Amino acid sequence: MPSLLFCGPKLAACGIVLSIWGVIMLSMLGIFFSAKSAVLIEDVPFTEEDIRDDKNPPQNIYGLYNQVGINCFIAAAIYVGVGAVSLCQVRLNKRQEYMVT
Amino acid sequence: MGFRSEEMCLAQLFLQSGSAYDCISELGEMGLVEFRDLNPSVSSFQRRFVSEIKRCEEMERILGYLLREIRKANLAVPEAEIPPVAPAPKNVLEIMEQLQRLEVELSEVAKNKEKLQRNLLELTEYTHMLRITHTFMHSRSRHEALGPQYEEFPSLETESVTGCTSMQRLGAKLGFISGLIQRVKVEAFERMLWRVCKGYTILSYAEVDESLADLDTGEINKNVVFLISFWGDQIGQKVQKICDCYHCHLYPHPETDEERADVMDSLRTRIHDLQNVLHRTEDYLKQVLHKASESAHSWVLQVKKMKAIYHILNLCSFDVTNKCLIAEVWCPVSDLANLRRTLEEGSRKGDATVPSFVNRIPSSDTPPTLLRSNKFTSGFQSIVEAYGVGDYREASPAPYTIITFPFLFAVMFGDLGHGSVMTLFALWMVLTEKDHKRRRPGNQVWTTFFDGRYIILMMGLFSIYTGLIYNDCFSKSLNIFGSAWSVKAMFTKQEWTNETLQTNALLTLDPNVSGVFSGPYPLGIDPIWNMAVNRLTFLNSYKMKMSVIIGVIHMSFGVVLSVFNHLHFRQKFKIYLLFLPELLFLLCLFGYLVFMIFYKWLAFSVRDSQLAPSILIHFINMFLMQESATTPLYPGQIGLQVFLVVVALLSVPVLLFGRPLYLYWLHHGGKSLGVHRVCLCSCGYERVRRVSEEDLSPSVVHDEEEGLSDSGGPREFDFGDVFLHQAIHTIEYCLGCVSNTASYLRLWALSLAHAQLSEVLWAMVMRLGLRMSSRLGVLFLVPVFSVFALLTISILLVMEGLSAFLHALRLHWVEFQNKFYSGTGVKFAPFDFSLLPSVFEQDGLL
Repeated sequence: MPSLLFCGPKLAACGIVLSIWGVIMLSMLGIFFSAKSAVLIEDVPFTEEDIRDDKNPPQNIYGLYNQVGINCFIAAAIYVGVGAVSLCQVRLNKRQEYMVT
Repeated sequence: MGFRSEEMCLAQLFLQSGSAYDCISELGEMGLVEFRDLNPSVSSFQRRFVSEIKRCEEMERILGYLLREIRKANLAVPEAEIPPVAPAPKNVLEIMEQLQRLEVELSEVAKNKEKLQRNLLELTEYTHMLRITHTFMHSRSRHEALGPQYEEFPSLETESVTGCTSMQRLGAKLGFISGLIQRVKVEAFERMLWRVCKGYTILSYAEVDESLADLDTGEINKNVVFLISFWGDQIGQKVQKICDCYHCHLYPHPETDEERADVMDSLRTRIHDLQNVLHRTEDYLKQVLHKASESAHSWVLQVKKMKAIYHILNLCSFDVTNKCLIAEVWCPVSDLANLRRTLEEGSRKGDATVPSFVNRIPSSDTPPTLLRSNKFTSGFQSIVEAYGVGDYREASPAPYTIITFPFLFAVMFGDLGHGSVMTLFALWMVLTEKDHKRRRPGNQVWTTFFDGRYIILMMGLFSIYTGLIYNDCFSKSLNIFGSAWSVKAMFTKQEWTNETLQTNALLTLDPNVSGVFSGPYPLGIDPIWNMAVNRLTFLNSYKMKMSVIIGVIHMSFGVVLSVFNHLHFRQKFKIYLLFLPELLFLLCLFGYLVFMIFYKWLAFSVRDSQLAPSILIHFINMFLMQESATTPLYPGQIGLQVFLVVVALLSVPVLLFGRPLYLYWLHHGGKSLGVHRVCLCSCGYERVRRVSEEDLSPSVVHDEEEGLSDSGGPREFDFGDVFLHQAIHTIEYCLGCVSNTASYLRLWALSLAHAQLSEVLWAMVMRLGLRMSSRLGVLFLVPVFSVFALLTISILLVMEGLSAFLHALRLHWVEFQNKFYSGTGVKFAPFDFSLLPSVFEQDGLL
């Protein structure tokens, strides 16, 4: 089986840091979007039609908020995966270090 | 860590010759004292212990060679757990012998190895040559079956018995030269042969698959085996000369096939034997190096310590009886007991009959400055000392810097998210500091960050606090307590209708309408400002006023600190003639500005916010003493302002003339004070008066401007010099007050820049990922977040962090420290083995 190691120790460490940050920040963003925070209004992809043609305001906007929130949670889950891969790389690097010396 | 530097004394050490080495070795281990050079006029070659130092350097040379060989063999040099002490002089010869023996052995083995490798290379080349020319011969004989190839040489008889050499034809003999040549030279070689021999030679060549190393140059390149068949003796000589020219390795060409086979067999066995011998030699070399590497580290340390001790011994002087060494050291007064104990220990170790002792002597020189610090305070200490080491016994700004520096940084950096990232980074460095200290990596940038880990930790923690106050987390505000502003109230009070919304692009929330504004936000800035278009207008006013307030407080604190210096150096007149006018000037003008800011904030409410006057206009009018057109801020304002301006203006001449006139009066007959001798000596050192005729006077007046003088006699009091000095100080202080206050506005400027950069980064990077409406937008969000994180770290944390660090440092160095700190002292550099650099570490050999 060819070696599963494809990045060096520094890149793997960066990967772990980035994924931890990504998980925490994206999940918090997801929570805030689900809570319909007003500060994040600019980040929600609404258009003029959404506001004008809304039969039951502001449910359109709320629906968009929820959508973006779910996107953030999915991205956080992907970062969990990235973090797991980086962790494996770090372990493999450590093992290789032991074998060489 | 002290409020001011430690008290130092000059001490004389009387060391017995026999135990001097051991005493100094003990002193080096403890790192208590700084030695002075008692033989400054003697060159380094004339000093007493030159031969010992030469011996140490010889040992260092051998150790360098040894370490290089160890590194070439890729062996590690293990460190001893307990660092060894300097060896006694009787053991030095042993070490020297060992090292010399090692050197001889290593150089012999290395030479042998090289010779063997050269032999091996020749034999390998010969084998290749034989193999390849064999194919030439056979292919040629195969060619002959097809027909004549060359005019000159008709088909050779392919008698396997005689082979193909020594053909007798036209009385000429066919000769062969074979060998190897580098591939890059082959074309030139061929052309040269053709030109010189004009077709009387035939060159066939083929490349060797294996690239061989050229031992002279050490390169690995491709070689080509060639076979030249020529016709005629003279041609043969010419060909030989050409081959020499091109540095070919020539080998004898075998006559017959059997000969060829025999030679190849013998070569094979010889190569095999040679490889065996080479392996054994390499193994032996590795063994020797391995054994040496076990003690290499302790040898290096021992030689380093020995050399340092001899350097120090060179600084001492011998007394007349030549039996004991005298050394002069600077020692902290609190460490005198330690010093005595160390000397006793050293005398005991050196088996001295008479113990060495310490004698404290008075001195008129300025001692060096020592401020003790631990791992937390040493970072802050070093950034203060980068500006200048404090004078002896001067109040040090370092303890206050521990809080004010991170605070000023945080005011410029204030972001909750960035602050937390910075804190986590610093926390990681602090928690793993034992590992990092042990490993000692060489990267300069990393070392700088690591040494400042406690500074970064404090900066991060304070940034979290100011991030909460500015309500800024990655450019978004956190709504913790619920915003105090309500848009709904504008509708319920019939201020706005749906039509208002449709016809206006921008609307203003009016806090005068009841219910819109329900009071200030409990902690920090209300989160609704994050969505307001006029956010910057509001924040700019707030941040500018805050910067001026912080600046005036910081500068006043600096002026107040000078009182401690005046009190300590017993210059009470300075409190009245320097400190008081300075403080009055600063507070009457800029303190009053701060007062006006607070007054305007407190006195004017939402209802009369339209009537609130501009403070700047009032401030300017204060100087011009004009009646301003606007209504006064409070009753009696004009009168108070005139009073303050008059006080400030009066304090300028006091500051300008006070001290020179006082010193002049003191010098020319200040009998009422009972001081008979004005002893002028350098700043701050309490001198024990040696001249004891008039030692009734209680106070000794020091004048720090006059510089060094010799003991006893009063110096000429140069009024012009003192006055000029004071004039410069006055102008610097008064103009500096204005410019330094304005300089603190950089606190506003940098925090604005940081907030804007952070907002731009979010809007241009993160928003792209979040606004993706399709489901595929998720996959886009993942790389977008990575880009956002990378840019945050590189631009906002590293670049902005360094910028804010620099500006906070400048504010400390210039605006704060020039109110009280002179920073012209010399740092105490104790004789300590652990502080001495090792030559080998610098070369990266250890």
